[in-house]
Amino acid sequence: MEEVLLSRWQFAITTIYHFLFVPVTLGMAIFVAMLETCYVRTKKPEWKKTCRKLLHFFGTLFLINFAMGVATGLVQEFQFGMNWSEYSRFMGDIFGAPLALEALTAFFLESTFLGIWMFGWDKLPEKAHCACIWLVALGSNLSAFWILVANSFMQHPVGYTIANGRAEMASFFELVTNHYILGEQSHTLFAGITTAGFVVMAVSAWKLLHDTESRYAFTQAIKAGAIYTIVGVVGVIASGHLHTQYLAQASPMKLAAMEALWETEDPAPFAVLAYPNMEKGHNDFEITIPYMFTIMVHDGIQGEVRGINDLQKEAVEKFGPGDYRPHVTMLFYAFRAMVGAGFFMVLVSLVVFYLAKKDKLFSAKKLLFALPWLVIVPFIANSCGWIVAEMGRQPWLVMGLQKTVDGVSPNLTSAEIMFTIIGFTVLYLLLIITALYIAFRFIRRTQITPAIEGGK
Amino acid sequence: MDYNILWFVLIVVLFTGFFFLEGFDYGVGTLLTLLSDKESDRSQIVRSIGPVWDGNEVWMITAGGAMFAAFPHVYATLFSTFYIALFLMLVALILRAVAFEFRHQRTDEKWQRAWSCAIAFGSIVPAFLWGVVVTNLIAGLPIGANMVYRGGFFDLLTPYTVVGGVTFFAVFAFHGATFLNLRLTDRYLLERARSYGLKFGVAAALLYVLCMVLTYTNTDLYSSPLAAGALVLSAAAFVAAIGALYAKAHKPAFILGGLAIAGTTVGFFAGLFPRLMVSSLNAGWSLTIYNASSTEYTLSIMTVAAVILVPIILGYQIWTYYIFRKRISPNDAGHQAY
Ligand code: HDD
Ligand code: HEM
Ligand code: HEM
Repeated sequence: MEEVLLSRWQFAITTIYHFLFVPVTLGMAIFVAMLETCYVRTKKPEWKKTCRKLLHFFGTLFLINFAMGVATGLVQEFQFGMNWSEYSRFMGDIFGAPLALEALTAFFLESTFLGIWMFGWDKLPEKAHCACIWLVALGSNLSAFWILVANSFMQHPVGYTIANGRAEMASFFELVTNHYILGEQSHTLFAGITTAGFVVMAVSAWKLLHDTESRYAFTQAIKAGAIYTIVGVVGVIASGHLHTQYLAQASPMKLAAMEALWETEDPAPFAVLAYPNMEKGHNDFEITIPYMFTIMVHDGIQGEVRGINDLQKEAVEKFGPGDYRPHVTMLFYAFRAMVGAGFFMVLVSLVVFYLAKKDKLFSAKKLLFALPWLVIVPFIANSCGWIVAEMGRQPWLVMGLQKTVDGVSPNLTSAEIMFTIIGFTVLYLLLIITALYIAFRFIRRTQITPAIEGGK
Repeated sequence: MDYNILWFVLIVVLFTGFFFLEGFDYGVGTLLTLLSDKESDRSQIVRSIGPVWDGNEVWMITAGGAMFAAFPHVYATLFSTFYIALFLMLVALILRAVAFEFRHQRTDEKWQRAWSCAIAFGSIVPAFLWGVVVTNLIAGLPIGANMVYRGGFFDLLTPYTVVGGVTFFAVFAFHGATFLNLRLTDRYLLERARSYGLKFGVAAALLYVLCMVLTYTNTDLYSSPLAAGALVLSAAAFVAAIGALYAKAHKPAFILGGLAIAGTTVGFFAGLFPRLMVSSLNAGWSLTIYNASSTEYTLSIMTVAAVILVPIILGYQIWTYYIFRKRISPNDAGHQAY
């Protein structure tokens, strides 16, 4: 059905767009909060002045990003009802609660205290002002928690019964303690830290290269950014690894598709490269490392990993005839892009940290030149992560309970959906161009000279 | 009282809070380009809602989320019915949200003028569309047996609902003017805000009466005495608010205008009760607080959450207004106090 396809495109476009800004908010809120804590607590007057200007600098970038996050988040809130009304009916009893709680516990907190933080510099004592940004950081991450509660239910339903033609909540406690959340939440938090850390590194590198006056401040910033990225990327890899292991029980079809493993094997090999063929149900071409997949899932050289073809047979027995396989090629490569990005960022952040520590950054001109371009890497990883998570769930909208084709609003015509897709896409393109323009302009023009010389 | 009624009341509270708070935000946005041609003046006007508009907008998000949690069928039917209208509203709100941040990033006139217009556009469109939505709810919509809307976009625009939209727009503009009279110090701007407030106020009062008459001919709202009473009292409060603004009693003007908005919201919902969306095809196909609701279990959980959280939220939002209670002077304009 065309309407389904269009609604899926619309959701994918608007959500991926929203999630360009979300990780920056999640990570940058904490970064700015830590920076302000340094500012409040430091006893060195020189550093305090620099710190204040760095706060202004990264605070402004944070605010531009936050505005984009808020603007695009509104669309998310509305579109479940607009495009996915049958899904909202089926899931409302369960899904509505975390969404309402997100607004009550998180959105009010972050929006109100951000307002105070923005305009309250001379109206509050330093410490109270600093507390405001910590509350913003708390609010953002709480908001992530609640929406991931909802998403985890869709990936792995728990604590529900099917009654009156819909899913009804049987236990709120089970809903919020779904094991799936643990993986998603920790992975998202660290992804946010990684993304923000990388943005700090990239911006600082550009400033170091192009603005010699501001050298002192941005040497400090790039060091902090590198440490922050290292913390984030180690966390994201660890949590991603544990979550992948957990997928073997929670969502074996997704896991098998991520690895393009067609037949159940023990020990299972790991495919480095593959050319999956959905029709024939095998890889036309593959390069594999024996044992490796089993080692990754079971932490040892023994253990079975189930393959797509067997899982498909099981699903047909359970749910009736149909194709229960997600898009294998897409998952396989999206997963590799994410993981590759992770290891690449470990390398980059370690090198930057080492050079900064040895005071050799300035001679590494090529690295400083490359960093602003490489900032795209964490964003690709984030988008690929969601593509793995969401496309891996197909054809289900709510795993095992409702199919994606059954979730769309029946009253919409494809012309209407097409109209809004085009509208959002054009608007979003214009907005991101403007936002980037403003951010670049601000970065270019703002100098942070050492305090002795008088500053800006 | 059962949970369904309690949640009906809570939804009314959320919408009341939303229309009261966002009402003056939309109004301020509407007046922004009218009060002055100078961007430095406009900066003061923007600054008056700068710290609070996002917190106010969250009232709308919460009303939507609460509707999803308590009455998922209403959320589903409402949002898919008003598909194109809500798309337009989103476009407006997106532009408005980024405009607040983008506008002060450059100090030249041209740039600021463009974003001032975006704020005005982003305030006028939603104000009008909310009026259209609310009047459509009470007028009834062609909703089928399975709770699915059977019309198209243009079926939503009838003379009655267009009048409803324009009325909302004018009432909010008045509300914004009275708010500005409490927040600014610049004499010229204060005087302009007052005179525009009076103009919008008189227009809004006439439209309000027209809307009440059309409500009588188009809906069954007045069969509820509570609804009829609330609307009449609101009309009276609104007229009193205009009088207060004329007499330069600014606080009473703002409060009375706000009461009129709150009373109107309560009146509309009281007239709907126990329905939330009226089917014009068959009264039995309307969505009510019983056939559209979540389970008792979900409602009970959400009740606990709301009872704990809403007072806390009100507490810190009031605190915000307290922190920023000082009137805006030309020196505070524009830039954040970095
Ligand atoms: C993991 C994190 C995460 C995810 C998956 C989502 N969001 Fe989001 N959202 C945030 C994390 C976030 C945030 C960090 O809290 C934001 C981003 C930037 C910001 O300003 O707040 C935000 C903003 C934001 C806003 C504006 C809040 C305001 O006005 O202050 C709304 C209404 C939503 N989101 C709604 C949604 C919905 C319905 C989603 C489901 C598809 C969604 N978001 C996905
Ligand atoms: C912000 C991060 C998210 C991103 C980037 C994301 C990405 C995607 C993508 C790419 C699709 C399209 C998949 C396809 O068509 O094959 C999709 C679909 C969908 N996702 Fe997400 N998603 C995110 C968060 C969520 C959350 C938090 C929820 C619910 C709580 C959710 C619910 C849905 C729904 C309802 C669909 C439409 C049906 C479908 O095509 O699967 N998504 N998302
Ligand atoms: C070795 C490294 C990594 C592994 C093993 C890994 C593993 C995973 C897995 C299995 C998922 C799917 C979760 C699901 O379907 O529920 C996922 C999702 C995701 N990944 Fe990764 N990942 C890694 C690196 C990264 C990096 C570097 C980033 C970004 C900086 C990232 C961002 C995301 C995001 C945003 C999601 C979607 C949200 C979620 O489900 O948590 N990942 N990751």
